[in-house]
Amino acid sequence: MSSGLENDSHRHAMTRRYLLGAAGLGGLALSLRGACAETIDLPLPGGPDERDITTAFPQKGAMILQRTRPPLLETPWSVFDKGVFTPNDQFYVRWHWAVIPTSVDINTFKLNVHGHVNQTVLLSLQDVLAMPQVELAAVNQCSGNSRGFFEPRVAGGEWANGAMGNAKWTGVRLKDVLDRAGVKPGAVQVRFNGLDEPVVPDAPDFKKSLAIDHARDGEVMLAYAMNGEQLPVLNGFPLRLVVPGWYATYWVKMVSDIEVLDQPDDNYWTKTAYTIPDTPRANVTPGQTGVKMIPINRMVPRSFITNVSAGATLPAAKPSLVRGIAFGGDSGVASVDVSTDGGKTWTPAQLGKDEGKYSFRQWQSQITLPSAGKYSLAVRCKNASGEAQPDTPNWNGSGFMRNVIETTNVVAS
Amino acid sequence: MSRTMFVVAFVFSAACAHLAANAVPFTLKSESVNFPDSDKTFPGPGADAINNNCLSCHSAGMVLTQPALSKDAWTAEVHKMIANYKAPIDPNDVDAIVAYLVRTKGK
Repeated sequence: MSSGLENDSHRHAMTRRYLLGAAGLGGLALSLRGACAETIDLPLPGGPDERDITTAFPQKGAMILQRTRPPLLETPWSVFDKGVFTPNDQFYVRWHWAVIPTSVDINTFKLNVHGHVNQTVLLSLQDVLAMPQVELAAVNQCSGNSRGFFEPRVAGGEWANGAMGNAKWTGVRLKDVLDRAGVKPGAVQVRFNGLDEPVVPDAPDFKKSLAIDHARDGEVMLAYAMNGEQLPVLNGFPLRLVVPGWYATYWVKMVSDIEVLDQPDDNYWTKTAYTIPDTPRANVTPGQTGVKMIPINRMVPRSFITNVSAGATLPAAKPSLVRGIAFGGDSGVASVDVSTDGGKTWTPAQLGKDEGKYSFRQWQSQITLPSAGKYSLAVRCKNASGEAQPDTPNWNGSGFMRNVIETTNVVAS
Repeated sequence: MSRTMFVVAFVFSAACAHLAANAVPFTLKSESVNFPDSDKTFPGPGADAINNNCLSCHSAGMVLTQPALSKDAWTAEVHKMIANYKAPIDPNDVDAIVAYLVRTKGK
């Protein structure tokens, strides 16, 4: 293939595995057995809670194993207390299809920009690296982050809160890439395809589209680095789309094909999958029907305590430092408040360094729990657009866009 | 005049990914990795249909960590795999797959 990957051999392996069925599994690649020395319990309502901690994935440290193939790896919660940027080797991983290239040759990889443009261009990585370099801190969050907390429970990847991460992305403006090809008048959307492929040949290849004005807004990027290093393969090496403020479903990994469309994209992954109820907070009543569905889009504010776990004991009548992270979604963090009485009263927290409006922002607060007993700590964020976290959870059948105010029950003694 | 310049500069920076200050040319190196596989299968009696039909596209782990769901929900999941994701499931096995899921993960 011109894109410089050893995809054909991998595809062959997958096809052979398919033919062999269950009997052939495990013999063609490394086995996970023996690699999982420990487990972790996620506090999901009704369970099951237990997950393996795995160190078996390339360029990754300890991760919560949600699924081996295609990989779903969750960032352990303790990582978020260590800093505002999530380390690459513990940045969460989510793939839709199991045919993922294991090798990419930077000398032969090509990015094809075509469709409703003046001229098709094939860019090498050297071409991309030579373009004006930009950088931006931004949160990448799975649409279904925290799905495991939905009640009633819904099917899907049963994530706790670790299907998100924050990185400083380095790359080029998508606008500059599109300008190399020259977008023709009448363009309506831009569609992105990566090197991953379905196992079943007639299944829908994973592609996502953005409106043309969004794609050319000067913020959407093609990143070749995160946190100063080239992307891990599982996070989209060599090029990943960065769509600041929008859910990660749009952040196509291993982007090799950019197609400018003069008609709205009708492919499955844009039109049908990843849709939400067109209601406030994408909220519906379980069983509700006849709701208009729209593609998921911008993120909403969230905030978390990172240094105190549920069930922890804090000293009574003495100050304790509580800290964590917040993000505003598609605008910056305006304020973070902390409550020690389950949300009846609130105190403003102190905000850490502003790394940009799409970044995690650290916060901290000194709290004093007056006497021995049980307390409910809560944290809430309001973004620069005035949008605040709600005090009741939203619900929808896909488990998307959870952003309720989180509560952590602790004991003072 | 200088105030106007400041405002213009601020608006520009707020609307764009920042041009990297002191940008140094970035270099990339080729990558070659291996992904682990799972040898986990669906356990227990009545698992032949789900093991034979489902493991080519995805490993068992995520299914085994699903919450208890209704028979309607499991039926919908299996049919979503067939209709949307083109899972090559033998039509004669659909009932047995749903039955396994309802028996082990039902409510």
